Amino acid sequence: MSFRVHVRVMPRGGLLDPQGQAVEHALAALGFAEAGGVRVGRAIELDVAATSRPEAEARVRQMCDKLLANPVTEDYLLEVEEA
Amino acid sequence: MLKVAVVRFPGSNCDFDALRAAERVGTNAYLVWHRDSSLQGADVVILPGGFSYGDYLRSGAIARFSPVLRAVSAHARAGGAVLGICNGFQILCEAGLLPGALMRNARLKFLSRPVRVRVEAPDTPFTRSYGRGEELTLPIAHGDGRYVADAQTAAELEANGQVVLRYVTDNPNGSMHDIAGVCNAGRNVVGIMPHPERRNAQLLGGQDGARVFLSLEARNATQHAGDMRAVDGRHLRV
Repeated sequence: MSFRVHVRVMPRGGLLDPQGQAVEHALAALGFAEAGGVRVGRAIELDVAATSRPEAEARVRQMCDKLLANPVTEDYLLEVEEA
Repeated sequence: MLKVAVVRFPGSNCDFDALRAAERVGTNAYLVWHRDSSLQGADVVILPGGFSYGDYLRSGAIARFSPVLRAVSAHARAGGAVLGICNGFQILCEAGLLPGALMRNARLKFLSRPVRVRVEAPDTPFTRSYGRGEELTLPIAHGDGRYVADAQTAAELEANGQVVLRYVTDNPNGSMHDIAGVCNAGRNVVGIMPHPERRNAQLLGGQDGARVFLSLEARNATQHAGDMRAVDGRHLRV
């Protein structure tokens, strides 16, 4: 089976996110004063061949731990759907 | 003659500067391509600055998986000296050879200018020609130089004297504890954001960086004498 996996990598809460701050300031400058708490991360999508959904998720977690996210500075979320 | 391998990744751009700086102090310095699996018997390895793999994903994240990194890790684990400068520092952190990580500068801008740093740890292979507390002017050139580590790691770095260089008067990138460079617990792996290879001659505006490379030769001289040396109460095999 093939699964489409969506990985969302975000800067860890509590760490300074200067990109998020810059975007927030730009939004305020555009008149969107209601926007706050902006954080900028990264989205990665991939197809994974696996026999089950848990297997696909486990494999992508390994990919995240080894490469897709930095364990010191980032957290990630996975969403798995059947392709 | 001391053998110094300068590893070249696709996107390295300080490889020749590092090579020449090492040659200038009389070492046998040579380039090693990132796909090579051998360091050709190097005594010292330098990972130079640049933008390996275009900084894709995160600075240093892809270079970490270059074949040569297996040899660099083995060299480091055996106690061999490794210096990562700028992108090299980022690669060493990504590879887990140094603790922590380097994030986007606090004010986002890419910074290319001289900074003042203090030598906090003169007991590494790359700083032994400096005095403790000595202040230097060295150039930085980075967009991702904000050193971060979890609170426990940061406390350990301070307790073990693993902060090698610290920014003084002005912290350019928002790094924690004003950290500009760290070493591993074994003190043989060092990562620094400033570029000593760009400041090793009066012609380049100063030579505060020259002793990073002269330190290697100091190590070599002692090695030939074949003795043990006490540095700050530690007995180092040099």
